This record gives sequence, structure tokens and C-alpha cells, in this order.
Amino acid sequence: MTAKRIASVVAHRLAILAYVAFALFPLYWLLKVSVTPNKLLYSEGIKMWPSRTSFEHFEFVLKHSDFPVFFKNSLIVSGSTAIIVTVLASLAGYAMSRFDFRGKYWIVTLMLLTQMFPLVMLVAPIFKILSPLGLTNSLTGLVIVYTAFNVPFATFLMQSFFDGIPKDLEEAAMIDGATQFVAFRQIILPLTLPGIAATLGFVFTAAWSELLFSLMLISGNDAATFPVGLLSFVSKFSVDFGQMMAAGVMALIPACLFFLLIQRYLVQGLTAGAVKG
Amino acid sequence: MASIDIAAIHKSYGIHPVLHGIDLEIKDGEFVVLVGPSGCGKSTLLRMIAGLEAVTDGEIRIDGKRVNDLAPKDRDIAMVFQSYALYPHMSVAKNMSYSLRLRKTAKEKIASVVASAATKLGLDPLMERRPKALSGGQRQRVAMGRAIVREPKAFLFDEPLSNLDARLREQMRAEIKKLHQDLGATSIYVTHDQIEAMTLADRIVAMHGGIIQQVGSPLELYDNPANLFVAGFIGSPGMNFFEGRYLATGDTANFALTGGIVLPLGGTAKLADGSRATLGIRPEHVILGAEGPDTMMATVDLVEPTGFGIIVHLKLGPVAFKAFTLDRRFLGMHGEVAVKLPVPNLHFFNEEGRKV
Ligand SMILES: Nc1ncnc2c1ncn2[C@@H]1O[C@H](COP(=O)(O)OP(=O)(O)OP(=O)(O)O)[C@@H](O)[C@H]1O
Ligand SMILES: [Mg+2]
Repeated sequence: MTAKRIASVVAHRLAILAYVAFALFPLYWLLKVSVTPNKLLYSEGIKMWPSRTSFEHFEFVLKHSDFPVFFKNSLIVSGSTAIIVTVLASLAGYAMSRFDFRGKYWIVTLMLLTQMFPLVMLVAPIFKILSPLGLTNSLTGLVIVYTAFNVPFATFLMQSFFDGIPKDLEEAAMIDGATQFVAFRQIILPLTLPGIAATLGFVFTAAWSELLFSLMLISGNDAATFPVGLLSFVSKFSVDFGQMMAAGVMALIPACLFFLLIQRYLVQGLTAGAVKG
Repeated sequence: MASIDIAAIHKSYGIHPVLHGIDLEIKDGEFVVLVGPSGCGKSTLLRMIAGLEAVTDGEIRIDGKRVNDLAPKDRDIAMVFQSYALYPHMSVAKNMSYSLRLRKTAKEKIASVVASAATKLGLDPLMERRPKALSGGQRQRVAMGRAIVREPKAFLFDEPLSNLDARLREQMRAEIKKLHQDLGATSIYVTHDQIEAMTLADRIVAMHGGIIQQVGSPLELYDNPANLFVAGFIGSPGMNFFEGRYLATGDTANFALTGGIVLPLGGTAKLADGSRATLGIRPEHVILGAEGPDTMMATVDLVEPTGFGIIVHLKLGPVAFKAFTLDRRFLGMHGEVAVKLPVPNLHFFNEEGRKV
């Protein structure tokens, strides 16, 4: 039995290792290319690590390109989208989870329906709607579009977190003297922090890496987000891979920081001990 | 403290009726226990009193004031949930003081009230812990503490002890009774547990199918059940029932069981000659090893010692019934035994199941 068990554990670990290597290899390559000096980029052939590393690409991107602007725009758009969506989705998800109201079924159906269309189909109509409002070529327009597209899924996500919190808790709070809203804010919301963190993270990364709408709605560099900015390293005759990869590595930083910040909540089971153990 | 009046309460969930006209007057300081099988609407009734469930029809008054449309927070009652429903992100002290903090009570007042409740419940060393670091019994106490700090008009309990083991349940039962004697608060207590109902209640309300079957003191329900449901529900092991036909012959009567056996009754009951009826007798009233007239021979099926006494499973022809005795002579019993069903202890129920 033990030999068999050890074998199965080893096989399990190896499978995980293979998966992690497969998933992380592109990131590794990104890093590798970004630190490879231009001279070696095409001359060395395919090597796992360049014989000499340098930060020249990073320096160039930070000092001589519009990348800092893209970066700032992306931060503003993704951050606002994540916050707005999470607030809306928390309220809507709570209503979905706790209240019975007329038309609930139809609202859910409608929300599901919005998730079924390929985004490409919607680009032209959305452009048509936003342009007379002066919302093309503006960060506000992007935030509105991203919010609209992310709210349905985020609502379902938040609803499932609220569903996991026993109803007894807010009933107890209401008997203790709270209104339903106070019970929501003081009792339920603190227990949903893992869910809120997950939603924030999900929406933030979705907005951070969105290219299609950003590309279609924004022209010029002032309001471009960084995925669009990355494309500016592709010129007519060549692609500046080193600088592009350096920009890519820097673009990873906020996402990593963000997940570091929220991972405490993601793994925590805050509801433990609420009801009988 | 307050009285609670429940008048002609109906409740439906959509088209499904759950409560069919409940009338109940609970006096100030009374301890009322609701019992009944699962799904009979006990929790629903309790939640309507708390304001957690809308009233479909009828009126609920607390202290003479109609509360049908008041929010739970304005009814000034406390409730202990079966799941305890402690706030997981708050310490024991914060859990207990939450209601007072919501009411903006002065800090010193909160501290003293919470401290005295904690002492009363033996929670002093646990005040800074989170609920997840407590045992089931300790959580139960915190839930009680949360209810008593506020001195509400009434306490509602929905099966508060059903998640505890037998020993702890016994202990908490006694503590709840003591607490009630101390505080004298009007209390409504829902339970499945016979013993809890019998020991705690001033009055028991037996419910079945959304209808009150009988209201009375524990012994009234035990000695004089109004119908078959109450007779079968109260008491453990439960009352024996024999179905059959009542046959009167002058001033003595017989009871012909459906299996063909005729029980001599040695007296009469208020039933028409030849009518179908059910005869009930509690296991502890069945006399084993009886002598003299009106005895019958029954077959011993199974003997269950409980330590305190012995439950004997018997058969009269095809009809099974139980006897309970404290006499250890019957431990090794097998084969046949003479039994007697003493007439004063018999309960007769007519065809509709009402006691006659
Ligand atoms: N939200 C609801 N929607 C529809 N039906 C419900 C709802 N809540 C309860 N019921 C029904 O009402 C009836 C009474 O339920 P209730 O919870 O009051 O029973 P109970 O006597 O407390 O049972 P238990 O002893 O198992 O707790 C049940 O048949 C139940 O299915
Ligand atoms: Mg119940």
C-alpha cells in the first residue's frame, strides 16, 4: 500500500510541476527577452538565459516612450472599474441572494444573455452610442464599458458568496436591533471580504488586459491603455521585442502587487465558527 | 416583560398554507413550549412573533400592542437560534454587546451589563475569543448571553439545545430553567425534545399540521391528552394504541381488537356499543405478571434494559405493544407473561381520534 501511495503522490506532484512549468514558461520567456541586450537578441540563437544581461530596454521604455502614460491610464481605468463593479455587484448579489422580487427570474436570464454575445459584435454599436456622448477617446468611456461588461458575472460571483453565509446571521442582527442595511454592512459584508477580494482581482485583471475595446474606442496616445501601448512597439517594418517585453514585465507588476494584497482574504475562511461546529 | 397574544394567525408560503388559525395567549412571565413533529410550523410561528416572517392573516400583540407591521428591531424581543448565529468576526464580548452598541447605550453601562451576564453564564475567561475558538456548549452560552444583556420583552428559543450532546443538553436545560426563574421573562421555546418540554414548560402547546392540538400544563397533556396525536406525541416510550370495536354488555364492556382478541375492560367508557375506537395505555401502566380476573397472556418479543427501568416488547396475537417496569425480575423474561391493562389508566379515543 505505501509503495503504491508514494508512487501516486510522486505522479501527482510531477503532474502539477509539469502544469506549472507549462503555465509559467511564457512569463519566464518574457523576462528573459526583456533582459537580453539588443545585440544578443538575434545573434545568440535560442538559449535559456543570455550570456550577458542588461536593463537597457527598461531604461528606454521608461525614459523615451509613452509607456508611463499608458501605465497610468491603465491603472486609472482598471482600478476604477474594479471598485465600481465590486460595489455594484455586492449590492446586486446581495439582493439576488436574499430577496424575492418580481422579475428576478427575468433579470437573471437577461444577465446571462449579455454574457453570450462575442464582444466583437458589440464594438460597432457601442462606438455609435458613445461617440455622440463624447465618450470615445476618454478613460471615462472605457470605465463605463468595462463596468457594463463585468457587472453580470461579478454579480453572480458575489451572489454565490452571499449564498454561502447563513441567513441566521443577519436575522440575529436584525433582532439585535439592526436594519437590514446595517446588518448587511456590519455583519455580512465583513464576512464576504474573501469574495470581495476575489471579485476585485477578477475585474481588475480583466480590465487590465482588455485590448479590443481599448483599441477601438481610443485613438492617440493620451488616453491609450497599456495593452494598446504595447502595440506601439510594433512598427511597420519591425517589432522591437526587447522593449515590448520590458514593458510587458512592468505591466505585470501591478497585477502581482494586487494579488499579493488580496491573497490573505482569498484563502481565509472567515465564516468558520458562525454556526455549529 | 410582556404578554404576547396571538389571534387567528394564518401563514401561507405562496399557495401553500402552513399555519391554519393559531390562537394563543401567553401571560407575562410565562414559559411556553411549542412541540410538534418536524414541519408542523413551530419555527414559522416563532419567526412571525420575532418579525422575521410576514403574517398572512391574523394579529400578533406584544404587551397589548399590535406588532404585525413592526420590524424585528422595533419589537424588543430576543431570539436564540438553533445554529446560535454568533457573529464570527466579533469576539464574545462584542457579540454580546452588539445589540447595546446598536442602541447607543453608554459605554460604562454596556461594560457592566455584559460583565454581569458573562459571570452569570460562566463566560468570564472567554470574553476575548472568537466564536470559532469555542466549544458547542460555550457557543450556546454566548448565544444566551447575547439575548439576556438587553432585558427584552420576551425570549424566543428555536431548538437552542439540539446541537449539544445529551449530557450538556441536560445541564443547559437546567440553566435555562434557572435563568427563567431569575429573570422571570416571558419565553417561547420550540423543541423536539420531550424532556425539555416537560421540564421547562409552564404550559405546553402541542402542534400538528399547522393547528394547535392541545394547550395545557405538562402533566395535563401527559395524563389527559385531548386526542390521539397528543397521546402519541407526549411521553417516551410512547403510548400503546389498540384499534378495535367497543362492545358494551350491561355494566361491563369488552374491547374487540382488530386481530380477533377480546380485552375484558371490567368497566365502561362513554362510547356507543359496537363503535370503532382506539384504546390507549402508557407502557408504565401495563401490569406484568398480573394475577386474578381480566388478565391476558402475551408473548414476550424483546427485553430492553435502559438502566433506569426495563422496556418489554410484547405481542397480543398480531398486535404489538410495550410495557415499562422498574422490576428487574423481568430482565430475563421470555415465552409468555400474564398482563393486565388496568381500567383507570385506559384512554379511549373515538373514531375521529378525540378522547372520550
Ligand atoms: N420559506 C419557505 N417557503 C416555503 N415553505 C416553507 C418556508 N419555510 C418553511 N416552509 C414550510 O412550512 C412548514 C413549516 O415549517 P417550519 O420550519 O415552521 O417547521 P418546524 O415545525 O419548525 O419543523 P422543524 O421541527 O423541522 O424545525 C414546512 O412544511 C416547510 O416546508
Ligand atoms: Mg423549526
